[in-house]
Amino acid sequence: MSETNANIQTYEPGFGDFFALMKPRVMSLVVFTALIGMLVAPVSVHPVEGLAAILFIAVGAGASGALNMWWDADIDAVMKRTANRPVPSGRLAPEDALAVGLALSGLSVTMLWLATNAAAAGLLAFTIFFYIAIYTIWLKRSTPQNIVIGGAAGAFPPMVGWVAATGNLALEPVLMFALIFLWTPPHFWALALFMKSDYHEADVPMLTVTHGRKSTRAHILAYSIALAALSGATALSALGGPVYVVAALILNMRLIYGSVVIWRRSETDAEEDGYRAEKRFFRFTLTYLFLLFTAFLVDEGLARMGIF
Amino acid sequence: MFARDHELHRRRWSRNLGVGLCLVSFVALMFGLTVVKVTGGDPMQGFDHVLRPELLPVEGSE
Repeated sequence: MSETNANIQTYEPGFGDFFALMKPRVMSLVVFTALIGMLVAPVSVHPVEGLAAILFIAVGAGASGALNMWWDADIDAVMKRTANRPVPSGRLAPEDALAVGLALSGLSVTMLWLATNAAAAGLLAFTIFFYIAIYTIWLKRSTPQNIVIGGAAGAFPPMVGWVAATGNLALEPVLMFALIFLWTPPHFWALALFMKSDYHEADVPMLTVTHGRKSTRAHILAYSIALAALSGATALSALGGPVYVVAALILNMRLIYGSVVIWRRSETDAEEDGYRAEKRFFRFTLTYLFLLFTAFLVDEGLARMGIF
Repeated sequence: MFARDHELHRRRWSRNLGVGLCLVSFVALMFGLTVVKVTGGDPMQGFDHVLRPELLPVEGSE
C-alpha cells in the first residue's frame, strides 16, 4: 500500500490514464451494439440526436468501467490480465476512479434523457446500477454464475439504443438483449480456460475454479447450443432477413463445431498445443456477435431500399 | 525547480488538452442538439414573461 501511495505522489496521471478507466475496448462493443439497436428501430432519429445518444450511452458504459475499476482494484492487482489497469498499477488513486465514475454516470443519464427520452435514460441508469451493484459488488465474488449475470449488464446497450429511438420496448430489442446475454458466458469461459491461474489467484469464483475445467467445457457447449437456437429463431422475427439467415446459418455451424471441439478436449490436449482451440473459439465468438449484428443492419438497410 | 519540458508538465499538458477538447466538443454537441430540437418542432414553451394558463389556479378548487 505504501508503495502505491508513493507512486501516486510522484506520478502525474495523463489524460490517457483517465481514458483507460473507461475500458475503451468494452466501450467499442457497447457503441456498436447500441448503434445497431438504434438504427434497426422503426423510428428514424435525427443524426445529431443519434450521435448524442450513442455518445452518452458510451459515456455511461465508461462510467460503469471506472466504478468497476474502483471496486475491483484489489483483485485486478492480482490478475495478470488486469494488473496494468490505472488503479492497480498506481497511476490513479481509487478515489479518482470513483469520482470519475460517479460524475460520468450522472452526466450520461441526464444527457441521454435530454437528448432522447426518460425511458432510455432510466434504462441506462438501471444498466449502470446493475453492472456495479448487482454484478461487481454483489455477485462477482460470490457465485460461479457471475459471468452469466454480468452478461446481462453487457446485453442492455442495444435495448437502450432502441428505446432512445422509439421511446418504448418491443420484441426485437429483447431478442438482441437475449443474444448478447447467451453469448457472454461461452465467450468469457473460453477466456477463463486459457487464462488459467488468474481467477484462481484472485479468489474470484469462476466456473473453472469452483466446478472444474471439464464442467466449464460442458457449460460452454450448453450455452453455445442455446445461443445457436436463439439466433436461429431470431431469423423468424422482424429482425430476420435473407442476409441474417445466411449469416446465422454459417456462424452457428462454426459456433457449434468450435464448442464441441472444446468440450471433447482434455486438459492434457489443451496444455499440449497451448490452448489453441480455446483461444480460437474466444476470438471467433467476437466475430460471431459482430457479424450477427451487422447482418441485422444490412437487412434493415436492404428493406429500407426496397430490395427485400 | 523543474525544467519546462519536464515529464510532469507534459502529462499535465496532455490532461488539460484532453479535458479542454472534451469540453469544447460537449459545447458543440449541446449547440447542435439545441438547434435540432428547436427547429425540429418539439413541444416547447418560452417561459419568460409569458402567461402560462396551466399555472393559474383552477377556479373553485380552493
